[in-house]
Amino acid sequence: MQIIKDKQIIDDNWSYVSDDEELRAGNISVSLARWKKDKQQLLHHDGKLGVRLEPSDSIDEIAEDLKEIELIELNFPAFTDGRAFSHAWLLRSRHHYTGEIRATGHYMLDQLFYLSRVGINAFKFEKSEELPVALSTLDDFTVSYQKSIN
Amino acid sequence: MYQYNEDDQTLIEERVAQFRRQTERFLKGEISDDQFRALRLMNGVYIQTHAPMLRIAGPYGLLASRQFRKLAHIARKYDKGYCHFTTRQNIQFNWPQLEKIPDILEELASVQMHAIQTSGNCLRNTTSDHLAGVCKDEIEDPRPYCEIIRQWTTLHPEFAYLPRKFKIAVSGALLDRAATQFHDIGLHLVKNDAGETGFQVLVGGGLGRTPIIGQIIRPYLEKKHLLSYLEAIVRIYNLYGRRDNKYKARIKILVKETGLEEFTRLVENEWQLIKDNLELSPDRINAIKAQFTPPAYDSTSAEDTSFAQRQLENQAFATWVKHNTVDHRVPGYRIVFLSLKAQDSPPGDMTDTQLDAVADLADQYSYGQIRSTHRQNLVFADVKQADLFSLWQKLETLKLATPNIGTVTDMICCPGLDFCSLANAGSIGIAKEINEALDNMDYIHDIGDVKINMSGCMNGCAHQSVGHIGILGVDKKGAEWYQLTLGGSSENEAAIGERLGPAVAKDQVTKAVTTILDVYIKQRLDDESFLDTVKRVGITPFREEVYADN
Ligand code: HEM
Ligand code: SF4
Repeated sequence: MQIIKDKQIIDDNWSYVSDDEELRAGNISVSLARWKKDKQQLLHHDGKLGVRLEPSDSIDEIAEDLKEIELIELNFPAFTDGRAFSHAWLLRSRHHYTGEIRATGHYMLDQLFYLSRVGINAFKFEKSEELPVALSTLDDFTVSYQKSIN
Repeated sequence: MYQYNEDDQTLIEERVAQFRRQTERFLKGEISDDQFRALRLMNGVYIQTHAPMLRIAGPYGLLASRQFRKLAHIARKYDKGYCHFTTRQNIQFNWPQLEKIPDILEELASVQMHAIQTSGNCLRNTTSDHLAGVCKDEIEDPRPYCEIIRQWTTLHPEFAYLPRKFKIAVSGALLDRAATQFHDIGLHLVKNDAGETGFQVLVGGGLGRTPIIGQIIRPYLEKKHLLSYLEAIVRIYNLYGRRDNKYKARIKILVKETGLEEFTRLVENEWQLIKDNLELSPDRINAIKAQFTPPAYDSTSAEDTSFAQRQLENQAFATWVKHNTVDHRVPGYRIVFLSLKAQDSPPGDMTDTQLDAVADLADQYSYGQIRSTHRQNLVFADVKQADLFSLWQKLETLKLATPNIGTVTDMICCPGLDFCSLANAGSIGIAKEINEALDNMDYIHDIGDVKINMSGCMNGCAHQSVGHIGILGVDKKGAEWYQLTLGGSSENEAAIGERLGPAVAKDQVTKAVTTILDVYIKQRLDDESFLDTVKRVGITPFREEVYADN
């Protein structure tokens, strides 16, 4: 599977561990609930750690742990749910998070420009043939009125 | 007025190019209907009963003559020769073709206009007082702040997918002519005890299905904190506003369900964390203010005596002056309203010929600027009194001089069943009928200030709930019926109208309205206004007469 990261199309080297799966070696992402439940075990994990957040999750729940987390996935249950835009902004500018923030789920490629402006630097799509068009939308605007993260 | 710099221009051109690519991808089937819907709405494009509808931003209601000429051109080339001025100072075209919309937007961009964020669940066009900068009761001109807000809201990356639409209005005068108490955020320029000006901030007002009057969240905000405070409110809304039910998604419901105190605490906490990073510098404020400096008024214009003379000689002119012009803060000038409520045309509509002619008149008489009002009329803000007579004659021939500003026939009316797919009932036809029944100008002037607002459904585009007389189209087993309310107001003493009684049938609406006016005439004391009379005597005398036959 390929994704966009830092304006490049690259191979995804993270794997998704669902709540009822055993942890496995390598770079893995887990849900916030799993993170809270198995945190001690996860901190000794062999490989990098990622946490997946839903729009209804609060950033404050991982604020203390951010230095342990190298990937935060912000999931879109629907492209109209704009909470992840604020979550990304909060992670970058309030919590100074510097790891990867990745958009996943049902968002649309036409949102990439705004998503990158609030600090999301990686994008996963169901249809990887859309990646080149998606990448090109990052250049839609050369000017803007607001300070941005990127 | 504000002139775009290079960056402003680049931004709207890049936006047109982006929407052109999106439209092409949609027409090729590469974007789903749902997704394209969100994208087109944020570019002002609705799909309506007959065709797409395009809503163009009139930034805080201020337009230049060359922009009017462009609208005339678009009306001719892409539409059926007319356009519509809305209650939020915007302009709508009812008949453009989807494929042509990118071309229309490109034409608009050539005169510093756009349709960005005129619909959709995002930060909308900021509205203001149509008498800003020229009225006598002003604390400070609100337009520079509107422009600062316009720029901040435009393509704001964090707030493009809010739970619901979000509207901001700014007023700088003692009398609130911008309905700020019925906006998601209302801003009032006020003076503090030290004599400095800042903003009183209201939150959670709105019309539509659940009309609510906005509440004060901060009595005084220093100007430099304007954007950080707005950002704090909108961020809290974006994070906590309801997304499960679109009828409960506006910020007014969040404020109501959270309680003003708790909501305020959330906003203030957020604001403390961002306020030092988002200050407006005095330089920035002054640079924008410099674009709104008053024109070079002629200091001798008050010496003119022809104006008084003409009024003595010509009764029709005197009547028009009385109803369609108001005092200017500079002696020798008056503010002129152009009525878009002529008897035989739909409220708020203008033809291409009228648009072109108005552009010429604005150049000749009012420094090339035109304002649109939230009651769907136009304003020439700076007319010399000596010029009023010739201007009036020209407006007469254009049918823009009906002396009915602020009277019963100056109705606000939504497109209703004629154009809108959500409508329960027609509204333009009823407006016409009421107009025909009230064709005696002396009677209309005797009745005075009565605001009739009429919407074809609960969405309330015509603000019926704050009309002195509100008329709302409802559906009764497939037939068009109308619910009447009395006593609403969107001005300082904001109020939501009270229901008169059961809905009435279509052929009874005009009679109900004339009956209400008759009751007022019977009940009023001396020169008591309609609204004051309703407040004093209550709704019962009106109810008894309107439903007397039942
Ligand atoms: C014909 C096409 C139109 C459609 C489909 C339409 C649809 C709607 C809908 C669905 C709402 C409710 C939104 C909500 O409550 O969140 C609304 C509100 C509104 N509409 Fe329209 N509308 C149309 C035309 C107009 C026109 C021509 C005007 C101006 C005269 C207008 C002015 C407004 C205003 C000011 C509101 C806001 C009320 C508020 O603050 O809640 N609309 N419209
Ligand atoms: S009030 Fe209803 S009928 Fe009228 S324009 Fe709005 S949505 Fe349509």
